[in-house]
Amino acid sequence: MSDRQTVFRLEHVSKVFSDGKNEVKALDDISLEIEKGDIFGIIGMSGAGKSTLVRTLNRLEDVSDGAVYFNGKDLKTLPAAKLRKERQSIGMIFQGFNLLMQKSVIKNVMMALKVAGAPKEKQIEKAKEMLEIVGLADKADAYPAQLSGGQKQRVAIARALSTDPEVLLCDEATSALDPKITGEILDLLQKINRELGVTIVIITHEMKVVEKICTKVAIINHGHLEEIGSVHDIFTNPQSDVGRQLVYPEGADELNPFDYTGRRLIRIAFDGHSANEPILANVIQRTGYSINILEANTSSINGQAFGQMIAELPGPDEADEKIIASLRKDGVSITEVTEKGASA
Amino acid sequence: MGSIPWDLIGQGFLETLEMSVVSTMITYIIGLPMGVILSFTGPQGLHQNKAVYGVIGAIVNIVRSIPFLILLVLLIPVTRFIVGTSLGTAATCVPLTIGTIPIVARMVEQSLQEVPAGIKESALAMGASPWQVIRLFILPEAVPSLILGATINFLTILGYSAMAGFVGGGGLGDIAVRYGYYRYDTEILLVTVVILIVIVQVVQEIGTKLASSNKHD
Repeated sequence: MSDRQTVFRLEHVSKVFSDGKNEVKALDDISLEIEKGDIFGIIGMSGAGKSTLVRTLNRLEDVSDGAVYFNGKDLKTLPAAKLRKERQSIGMIFQGFNLLMQKSVIKNVMMALKVAGAPKEKQIEKAKEMLEIVGLADKADAYPAQLSGGQKQRVAIARALSTDPEVLLCDEATSALDPKITGEILDLLQKINRELGVTIVIITHEMKVVEKICTKVAIINHGHLEEIGSVHDIFTNPQSDVGRQLVYPEGADELNPFDYTGRRLIRIAFDGHSANEPILANVIQRTGYSINILEANTSSINGQAFGQMIAELPGPDEADEKIIASLRKDGVSITEVTEKGASA
Repeated sequence: MGSIPWDLIGQGFLETLEMSVVSTMITYIIGLPMGVILSFTGPQGLHQNKAVYGVIGAIVNIVRSIPFLILLVLLIPVTRFIVGTSLGTAATCVPLTIGTIPIVARMVEQSLQEVPAGIKESALAMGASPWQVIRLFILPEAVPSLILGATINFLTILGYSAMAGFVGGGGLGDIAVRYGYYRYDTEILLVTVVILIVIVQVVQEIGTKLASSNKHD
C-alpha cells in the first residue's frame, strides 16, 4: 500500500511462559508491520499480552517462535553486543517511569548517553537539550522524588530520546497519570513524532489514547492479533468482537438494550468529514420521513470527529430504502443491524 | 581496686578501632563482590546460574551458622598460617573477616535486590551490558541501603572483636576479659563497656547521617 520503510516486522511471533508445570501462551502467532513515522497503537485488555509483545521489539523478551525484524535484522540472531547497539536506537518508556531516584534529573537523562559511551561534555550538552524539548530545563538539578508523575514521565522521555533513537516504545506510559496529564504527555509524543520523525509504538488499554494520537492500531486479545488497520478504519467499522467492545465500550453495538420493534435498524458511521455536516437534518428534509435515534456515540480521532449511531427506520420498506439511499448519497457508511446484533 | 590504667585502656581503644576498621575494609573488599555475584546469579539475576549461586550460598550459610566464638577457635590454625601467630590484633582480623564476609555478602545481595526491577529493565532497554546495569544503575541506587548495611556490619565486627578477647585478641575486649572477668575488676569492665557504647552510638549516628544525605527518594 505504501512504500514507506518498515521499521519492525513480526513474523508468526509466539511466546510461551512456562513455570515447569503450567504453560501460558502470552503471544500466539502474531504477524504485523510497523512503518517508519507511524504512531502505532497496540491495545488490549490487561493480560492480553501487549506488554510482552512490546518487549519482543527490543528483545527484552525472547520469542518462543517466529521472528522480530528491526530494520530487516532478525533480533533473535544478533549477538549480545550487537543487540545492545540496536537497543540504543530503540528508546523505551514505562508506566512506572523507572528513573534513578538517587540521581538528579539531568544525571538521569545522561544515563542513556553514558551507557552509549558518549564523552561527559556531550552527555551534559545533549541532556540539557532534551530537557529543553520536554519542557523541564528548570528542573535539571531536582531529584525525581520532587517531581509530579507527568514530570517524571517527561524526564523518562528525555532520557529515552537522548541517544536519537529511531523508535520510541511506550509501555502503558500514561496509565499512571490523570487524564489532563495524559493529554499533555500524548501531545508531547505527537510533537516528537512530527518534529523529530521518531516512530512511536504505544501499548495501552485505553481507547482514548489510541483515538488521540495513533495512526494505526492493532488489537490484541489473549495473545492473539484480533484486528489491525488504520485507526480510521477500525473506528468506523471494527471487525472483531474485542474491537467492537473497545470502540463501543457502552455496548452500542448490542441490540439487547433496545426493544426490538420489528422495524429495521441501521448503524450510521460518520467519518471525519461527514460528522461536521447536518446529515440527519438533510435526510429528514429531503425525504420527509423521520428517524428515531436509539444510540449515538462520537469521538475525536486525531482532531477529526468520528461518530456511530444506531437509528430505527420508520418503515414501510420503501420509505426505509429512500432514507438509506439519501444517507449513502451524503457519503455516510450504513450497515444494517439485525436482530442478533450482527451487521448484515 | 586500684586506679584505672587509662594508658592501657587508651591503647585498647585504638586497637579495637584498628581491628574493626581494617576487618571491615577487608570484609567489604571480598564481601561486596560476593554479594554482587549472589544477586547476579540469583533467582532474579541478570546471569542466573544455579551452580554458582548454590555453591556461594552454601558457603555463606555454613560460615554464618557457626557461632563466632567457635569459629574463632576453629580458625586458629588458619590464622597462624596467614599471620604467623594466633595472638594480638593482626591475628584477630582473620576470624573477624572470615566470620563477617558471609553476613556482608548476604546484606549486599539484599540491598541490591531492593532496587526495583524496572530500573534493571530500563537499563537493559538503553542497551546497557549486564556489568553496566550493576555498576551504573543498581549499585548507585543501592548506596543508601549499602551504607546502612555497612554501619551494621562495622558494629557487628566491633562486637566480635570484643569476643576475640577470650582467645587473646587484644583491644578493649581483651582488657575487659583480663581485668573484668579474671580479676573481678568491675570498674575497668564498666569503663570498657561505656567506651564501647559510645563508639556504637557515634558510628551509628554517622552511618545514619551518611545514608540519609545520600538518599533522595
